[in-house]
Amino acid sequence: MSTGTAAARAGTVCAVRGLTKTYPAARGRRGSAGTPEIRATDGIDLDVGRGEIFGLLGPNGAGKSTLVRQLTGLMRPDSGSVDVLGHDLVRHPERAARLIGYLGQESTALDELTVSLAAETTGRLRGLPAKAARAERDAVLEELGLTALAGRPLKKLSGGQRRLACFAAALVGDRPVLVLDEPTTGMDPVARRAVWAAVDRRRAERGATVLLVTHNVIEAETVLDRVAVLDRGKVIACDTPAGLKERVASEVRVELVWRERAPVELPEVAALRPRAQESGRRWVLRLGPDAARAAVAAVTGGPAFAALDDFTLATPSLEDVYLALGGRTEGLVKA
Amino acid sequence: MEAPPEALAAPAERAGAAAPLAPRARLLPALSAVYRAQLSRAKVARIPLLFVATFQSIGIMVLMRGVVDGGSEARAVVAGSSVLVVAFVALNLLAQYFGQLRAGGGLDHYATLPVPPASVVLGAAAAYASFTVPGTLVTAITGCVLFGLPLAHLWVLAAVIPLAGAALAGLGAALGLLAPRQELATLLGQLGMSAALLLGVLPADRLPGPIAYARDLLPSTYGVEAFAHSFGSHPDWAVISLDLAVCAAVGVVSLLVATWAYRRAAVSR
Repeated sequence: MSTGTAAARAGTVCAVRGLTKTYPAARGRRGSAGTPEIRATDGIDLDVGRGEIFGLLGPNGAGKSTLVRQLTGLMRPDSGSVDVLGHDLVRHPERAARLIGYLGQESTALDELTVSLAAETTGRLRGLPAKAARAERDAVLEELGLTALAGRPLKKLSGGQRRLACFAAALVGDRPVLVLDEPTTGMDPVARRAVWAAVDRRRAERGATVLLVTHNVIEAETVLDRVAVLDRGKVIACDTPAGLKERVASEVRVELVWRERAPVELPEVAALRPRAQESGRRWVLRLGPDAARAAVAAVTGGPAFAALDDFTLATPSLEDVYLALGGRTEGLVKA
Repeated sequence: MEAPPEALAAPAERAGAAAPLAPRARLLPALSAVYRAQLSRAKVARIPLLFVATFQSIGIMVLMRGVVDGGSEARAVVAGSSVLVVAFVALNLLAQYFGQLRAGGGLDHYATLPVPPASVVLGAAAAYASFTVPGTLVTAITGCVLFGLPLAHLWVLAAVIPLAGAALAGLGAALGLLAPRQELATLLGQLGMSAALLLGVLPADRLPGPIAYARDLLPSTYGVEAFAHSFGSHPDWAVISLDLAVCAAVGVVSLLVATWAYRRAAVSR
C-alpha cells in the first residue's frame, strides 16, 4: 500500500515485495508433538520513506522479527525482494551491515563487556577508526545519559539499562537506516524518552530512517509516522496511526472494571456480556456512540453500580483497530 | 497491500544510483577490537576457571609423580600438563562460549556488523589462547621443580602456547559453532579436553596401538612433543621445529575450519 505521505514521496529508502519465508514442519521428538509448517512471513509488501519512523506492530509470533531478520540480511527469504537505498539485500545480504544499524532482542554478545567497551567495540566493528569510535562512544553515552554507567558490565545492569546500553552500541557508527527490534523493552520512562529523543535527533539532523518493531500500542501511537499491522505473517493494514484509527472512528471503547465479579444475574449486565471481551474483572466493549451511552447509563444508574469499581469511555486505540481488522489480541502491550 | 504497478520497480533503479555503502571494518582493526573485548570479558568471567585449569594440571603432575620415574616420561607429563591448561581454556571454554553465543542469538550482533568472519573467530581464539599464558607458565615451572627438570628452555613456550593455542582454539570454536545444541557444544568441548588430558599427559609409549594413532591426530600432541623435547640437556632443535611446524599447520587448518563454521552459523537457516 503506497499511501502518499510526505515522507514516502520524498523517496523510498526500503522497499519490500512479496517477502515470504516458511519454516519447515518439524517432526516431533518422543513425548512432544511436532510443529506444522509455518509461514512466518507471507507475501509482505512495504515501502518506507526517507526520514520516516515506520513501525511493525503485532503480537508475538506475528512475523515481525522474521521480517526484520530478512531485512538485515540475517535470514534468506524463500522468495521476494528487499531493496534498501538501491541495494538488493536478497542478492547481497552482506551489504545490509553497511547500510543498517541493527538493534536485536538479544544482548548475549555484549553482556560481559562494560557499557563503554560495548559501544566502542561495536563502533570499531562498524568500521570506525579507533579515535572516531572513542569519540562517538563518548557522545552517544552522554546523549543517552549512560556516562555514569560507562564502567559497569552490561550483565550487572537492570534490564532497561542494559537495553539502553545495547541501543547506544547500535548508534555508534552512523547508518542511514536504523532497525530497532523492541528497543524500549523493560525501560523506565526516562530511558524511553532518551531513546525517542535520540531517534528524533538522527532523523532531524541526518535524515535517518527508522524501522521499529513493537508490540506496544501506546508507543506505536505516539512515536510512529506510519505503522504496518502484522498478523500471522501478513500485513493486514498499513497507514498512519491516525488513519488506522479512523477506520474504527465510529466506535467508542467502553471499559468496565468490576469490584469482585460481574453481576451477570442483573439483566442489564447480562445483556452486555455477549459483546464484551472479558479479562478477569475487566470488560472491554466496542460500541456505537449511542449504544455506549446507553450501556454506561444502564450500569451506572441501576443496582449494577454497586458492583462497579471503575469505568471509562474512550476513543479507539490501535489495539481496537487491530481487533477490528481481525487480529488476535494476545501479546499486545499497553504501557 | 497491493502496490500500484509503477511502485513495483525497485525505487533506486528509478532514481538512478544506489546510496554509498559505509566502509567495511578491516581485518586487523576488527580483530584487535574483538581481541580486546574478549580479553576484558575473560578478566571478569574466566579468572576462577583459569585457577581450576592450573590446579587441575598441577594436581595431575603430583599424582603422576608416584607413577613415572623421571627421564622421558617425566618430560612428557610436565609438557602434557602444561599444554592441558591451553586445552582447557582454548578448546573447552571457547567451545562453550561459541555454543552459548550461537544459542543465545549473540552471533546476530557480529553478523549485522560489516566485519570479516575471520576477525571474530581469530580475535576470540587469540584472546582465549593468550589468557592461558599465566596458567601454562605456572604449571610448567611447578612441573620442572617437581620432577627436577631444567628451566633453561622454558622460552619454547613462547612458540608452543600460540601455536597449540591456535590449533586448539580453532578446534574449540569449530566444535562450538557446529554443535546443533548448546549442551552438545559443552559436551564436545569437555570431551576434547579429556582427550588432550589422556593423550597428552600419559606417556606415549605406554598407550595401546589404536589410541596412539588418536594421539597423533590430536592437534595439541605436537605442542606437547615440542615442549617435551626441549627439556633435554641438548635439545634436538630440528625435531622441535618440525613439531612446531606441524602444530602451526594444524592451527591454520583448524582456524580455517572455525571461520567456515562461523559463516555457516551466522547466516541463518
